Amino acid sequence: MSVASITPKKSSWGKCKKALFKWWPLYLMMLPGLVYLIVYKYVPMAGTIIAFKNYRVKVGIWGSPWADPWYKHFMDFFKSPANVQIIKNTITLSIGKLLIGLIPSLIFALAISECRNKPFVRVVQTVSYLPHFLSWVVIYGISQTMLSMNTGVVNRFLVSIGLESIPFLSSNDVIQGTLIGTDLWKGLGWGSITFLAAIIGIDKELYDAAEVDGCGRFRRIWHITLPCIRRIFIVLLVLKLGTVLDAGFNQVYVFMNERVNRSAEIIDTWVYTRGIGKMNYSLSTAVGLMKSVIASVLVIGTNKLARKWDSAIW
Amino acid sequence: MVKKNKEHKLGEEKRKFNPVFDTLVYAILIGVLLITILPVMYVVAVSLTPYTEIARNQGIVLFPKDITFEAYEVIFGKKDFWNGMKITIEVTVFGTIANLIVTTLFAYPLSRKGLPGKSFITKLVMFTMIFSAGTIPTYLVVKGTGLLNTMGAYIVPGLVGVSNLIIMKAFFENLPEDIFDAARIDGCGEFKVLTHIVLPMSVPIMLTIGMYYMVSHWNTYMAAVLYVTDQDLQPMQVILRRLLESSTAEVSVDVVVPTETMRMAAVCFATLPIVVVYPFIQKYFVKGTLAGAVKG
Repeated sequence: MSVASITPKKSSWGKCKKALFKWWPLYLMMLPGLVYLIVYKYVPMAGTIIAFKNYRVKVGIWGSPWADPWYKHFMDFFKSPANVQIIKNTITLSIGKLLIGLIPSLIFALAISECRNKPFVRVVQTVSYLPHFLSWVVIYGISQTMLSMNTGVVNRFLVSIGLESIPFLSSNDVIQGTLIGTDLWKGLGWGSITFLAAIIGIDKELYDAAEVDGCGRFRRIWHITLPCIRRIFIVLLVLKLGTVLDAGFNQVYVFMNERVNRSAEIIDTWVYTRGIGKMNYSLSTAVGLMKSVIASVLVIGTNKLARKWDSAIW
Repeated sequence: MVKKNKEHKLGEEKRKFNPVFDTLVYAILIGVLLITILPVMYVVAVSLTPYTEIARNQGIVLFPKDITFEAYEVIFGKKDFWNGMKITIEVTVFGTIANLIVTTLFAYPLSRKGLPGKSFITKLVMFTMIFSAGTIPTYLVVKGTGLLNTMGAYIVPGLVGVSNLIIMKAFFENLPEDIFDAARIDGCGEFKVLTHIVLPMSVPIMLTIGMYYMVSHWNTYMAAVLYVTDQDLQPMQVILRRLLESSTAEVSVDVVVPTETMRMAAVCFATLPIVVVYPFIQKYFVKGTLAGAVKG
């Protein structure tokens, strides 16, 4: 095997032919995946060119005239103050989910790793991962029974102790909180897995040494566990910052209605309603492209940053 | 290996008992348990509680004394719900099979040492994680390839999940190299190595990734919103969403079954398969996910 892999220097075409001859079964295997990747990932990337054109379906991409000036659609988006609100919503939601999501998952992971009752821990873990697998539609259904204005359990409880009920699902003022809260409910257990993996990876001898030194269990967490997983925490935080423009299209789309439009509309839902709903292809592609470009700059930037703390992310 | 460590850790506990600490730990765990399970239990309870009992208790019932399946009967009687179920089951079965086949066939060569062009293709894959074309251009390609309003719209645009591909590739890379050499000496072709040697060793990862794909198909919603307007092709999640939003009169023609009971019955019915399959696969996917997380 090793002999064959050291191919003698040849012209590149000769090399290709030789590689194909030797490895053709492997290339053949990859073919369906590659074709998929090119058609449904790379061709659309080329298609973003319509962001700079006035795309009309009838004349096609090549027949459509260029936008004048080329950044016309980008400008159009920012002209409307309502659209600035959309960007604000997007960032508020994703930052909120990020900040409010990580800490509880970390605390939960700590509790799991410190609990001695193994069968109980199994049960807790099994149950806590479950919401991750529920669809947003189902969670919306659960939220209705729990949070709705008149019949929701939470509001009935609030009323019964003499407080006012809160329109969790139907008010611009609280919908962002509801979205962040339901996202926390869905992701709390699942998010703990990464931390758990990091905690399990900590050298046991550190704990033993601390115990010999007379450290209590609180102090062991403070002096050993937390410093050891600080890196992974920062890495996760930084990586998630890279996706700050993704506020959860699916969730928001499911939870949205006219009463909460103003606070819930995010870039992705806007692109959807403008693009597919109103067939405003060029404008919505421009906004989508802007989002993608910013996102990729952020992802690359945050990854570089994360790599400072931790090597191998990818 | 990760797992063994953990068992060791949880098993060797001879640490000092600290009442405050342990109370806190249990409080957190029980808190999470209750927060997760109570809403789910309540939803199940609502779907099973007869109207009379709801009225008597002013609505909140966690353990109904009588249970009734009336709401489920009404749901089963709904044609669009059945049709949605049928679509979703078809998408889940065929979609997951297609996903697994294409992803495995893609991941395996990328994990083989010495394949020329491997790093270029891997970069091609990774790049799609960094930059995406966005909703509209993808929509136009889906439209251009004739998938709008077909079952293909649910399966083809998400044929390979890049993160799943990477997890699988990492798994294959970690298989001992000797087995490949041994197989090659025995004259096995690459396809045979994959089907006879690699796959039998990859049951946990296949179940994990299969479960991920399965769940995403079962929860198919956005693909329908984006690509399918044909009412006969709407998956169950779309029908469910409509049911949750529709006015009372539309939901229950039958006055005996209250709207909320109906809705929750639909929610439960739509979730049941996940809850049934989930515990069996859970032990595998935690392993798989941990491995993925560690290798990241």
